[in-house]
Amino acid sequence: MKRAGWQVLETSSRRLNKRYRRERRLKALGILAILIALGVLALLLGSVIERSYPAFVKTEIALDLNISSTLVKPDNPAKGKYGKIIRNALFDIFPKVNKRTERRELLALISRGAHFELRRMVRDEPELIDTVQRVWLTASSDVDMLVKGSMPREVPESERRLNDRQLAWLDALEEKGQLQTTFNGRFFTGSDSREPELAGIGGALAGSFWTLLITLVLAFPLGVAAAIYLQEFAPKNRITDFIEVNINNLAAVPSIVFGLLGLVIFIQLFELPRSTAVVGGLTLMLMTLPTIIISTRAALSAVPPSIREAAHGIGASPVQVVSHHVLPLALPGIMTGTIIGMARALGETAPLLMIGMVAFIVDIPSAPFDSATALPVQIFLWADSPERGFVEKMSAAIIVLLAFLILMNALAVYLRRRFETRW
Amino acid sequence: MQLFILLVALGAIAALGYFFARRKLLIAAGKTLVRPHSMPGYHGWYVALWCALPSLVVVLAWLLFEERILEALLITYLGPEIASQPANMLGLLLNDIRNLSAGDALSRDVDPALQDAADRYASLRTTARAALMGGGIALGVAGLTWSWYRVQPAFRARYGVERVIKSLLIIASFVAVVTTVGIILSVLFESIRFFSIVSVGDFLFGLEWSPQTAIREDQVGSSGAFGAVPLFTGTLLITLIAMVVALPIGLFSAIYMSEFATPGLRNAVKPVLEILAGVPTVVYGFFAALTVAPALRDMGAGLGLDVASESALAAGAVMGIMIIPFISSLSDDAMVAVPRSLREGSLAIGATKSETVIKVILPAALPGIVAACLLAISRAIGETMIVVMAAGLAAKLTANPLDAVTTVTTQMVTLLVGDQEFDSAKTLAAFALGLALFLATLALNVLALYIARKYREQYE
Repeated sequence: MKRAGWQVLETSSRRLNKRYRRERRLKALGILAILIALGVLALLLGSVIERSYPAFVKTEIALDLNISSTLVKPDNPAKGKYGKIIRNALFDIFPKVNKRTERRELLALISRGAHFELRRMVRDEPELIDTVQRVWLTASSDVDMLVKGSMPREVPESERRLNDRQLAWLDALEEKGQLQTTFNGRFFTGSDSREPELAGIGGALAGSFWTLLITLVLAFPLGVAAAIYLQEFAPKNRITDFIEVNINNLAAVPSIVFGLLGLVIFIQLFELPRSTAVVGGLTLMLMTLPTIIISTRAALSAVPPSIREAAHGIGASPVQVVSHHVLPLALPGIMTGTIIGMARALGETAPLLMIGMVAFIVDIPSAPFDSATALPVQIFLWADSPERGFVEKMSAAIIVLLAFLILMNALAVYLRRRFETRW
Repeated sequence: MQLFILLVALGAIAALGYFFARRKLLIAAGKTLVRPHSMPGYHGWYVALWCALPSLVVVLAWLLFEERILEALLITYLGPEIASQPANMLGLLLNDIRNLSAGDALSRDVDPALQDAADRYASLRTTARAALMGGGIALGVAGLTWSWYRVQPAFRARYGVERVIKSLLIIASFVAVVTTVGIILSVLFESIRFFSIVSVGDFLFGLEWSPQTAIREDQVGSSGAFGAVPLFTGTLLITLIAMVVALPIGLFSAIYMSEFATPGLRNAVKPVLEILAGVPTVVYGFFAALTVAPALRDMGAGLGLDVASESALAAGAVMGIMIIPFISSLSDDAMVAVPRSLREGSLAIGATKSETVIKVILPAALPGIVAACLLAISRAIGETMIVVMAAGLAAKLTANPLDAVTTVTTQMVTLLVGDQEFDSAKTLAAFALGLALFLATLALNVLALYIARKYREQYE
């Protein structure tokens, strides 16, 4: 008897152990899943950050430039032979370099846009003509990446973009103190360029700004008005049900389809100019509208009925009830929803590709009708470029984009925390 | 500029109307013993709305159709022999005339006839704008006068204002409907044009996709093939990989978060997981193309496998990461919504927590979880940037995840980016793909909503 009872206990405890093991296994799987998700997020951000920080620094080479009046006419400094000035200064440092190919290699150290920098400098200060100036010029992308360590020095010459001679020249420049790295302000103010060392996100930021401005100006009033009607005034009937289902479905339509819509309606039908912030803003407005409507309705329905009834009770008309009481109380929630919708619009790329905001644009747009591109589209454009120097630019642009998104979301969270009322 | 002046003028008229109507009412009310029906502000608003609204509507309508009307007038001016030439030649000519009158560069030499037409166009435009400005202001003043006489203490101005506000609200809520109708019509019409060139059967069941169209008649390989099956299979393959990645991770983390985690951990981890849904897709594309794809290729080379540098695996895995939060959040919500009594009943008869989860909560929450998966799939099908940046361009009919495949959205982008004519089969194909995409995602969403709604009724 005793023995049998013990056996029963043993089998049941064995079974119990098995069940507990299963319990632990499920728990471990859950933790593992969460850790994988968090790990991937960390890997994603890490890989972007790791690649990005070189872009905030740029390499410069100092040259003693002889800006003689034979090469730059004092009466017309915009049309000088600035390339020649730079070439002469560079050849003066390395007088032994005579062969054509070698000279070309030497010139490849300086950015192709350097003579534009020099021209701007002389145009702004014509007194510089007929003086010798030590000027820090932007180095070419290959030099930049080598100095910042993005391109290893130790690999065999054939696998390097710069050969041994060029490395020797760079070392010589560095010894003389003519090579430095500084903060790359141009990255934030400049516009797109074919040369990675000159490219910046200024133009894309301006484009995103105009696009989002149009989106906000149109989507906020329209979305709030639609939500107020549906939540506060609409009778419950087939039409309003249809509108409601419609809005929910619109929120789930892939963004690229909105791009098709923008292409047909705004560009083909209304003949608005292609690639402009106006069309981008209108398209993103249609995409953001459902988000704003849904979150505004949620905010309105969170206002307790007692407030409405009290206002009705002292004689307010339905419009007055909403505009004087319900809407102000729901405003923090509406703002939060709007900011989140705008954040999504800021990160959106696909519809903008459809309406042609994907062009190479050198001018910084200053109005909604200028050709423009947006920050995420700029990232995509750089991703398509073969030059390796664009990888760091792209990563840095992503960092800027993420910074804006974090800022907007933080603002939304702050608004919610600060003004949220629990009824 | 003229428009700006017009808007400012209208604003000024409306503001004047507001203040003087208020004043008029206050003075009139002071003279009688009758209490005015509406507050003075409503009278002000009534007049202001009458000043601004009709004229704004007219201006907006004109601006929408200005180009078309001017074009029609110009064509009648040019005479029948020019008007009768083919549409694309006429379009080119009109474009040149427009550019010439704006002072831009031209694609042809300027002859006197062209110059004359350009001058005519410019004068038409100036006249039209001047008329618009005069008409707009006149309409504003007319509205002012008409409403001004109605401002009396007995007049029910508030009703008028509130009616206008309500109609504006109704119009706003119809924008959503107009958008849907716009999507359907625009995509449908372009698709119908496409299907008049390529038959529906060839598109839906054709096995070859090479969207070239001939520039010349006798060109080699001029007949483009528009069989979309490789695109559909490519999309499904990538979506399948994404779900294989996202489903276990999302589901197990949802189980842990809803059943095992302490509230503190839950509040900390849930927002962090939702960051994954907030990261712009272009960033995922970057991650897939520059980090995951090379890593997979190197790993494949190490194992002796031939992994394409634009493998479906890389794009699918990264897409899976993107949709984790959809599955985890929605499944979490579904599991939390399972009534306490079910959970407690199971625990009370001696089941462990994991047995409760697997045998009670998961079955009860299944409709919600299925809906979450459907939404995630619809999200994955419509996702564009990851596949544009990390998936291939060549349409290949394969089920090998290590191979490069292309997707519906990738092809839509490649077909439409760049300057294209709007009527070639190549561009129109993008709309047919868009229609297929729209219908597929719509069906998935409706199905998800249906399943979720049916489930909700079970416990209430």
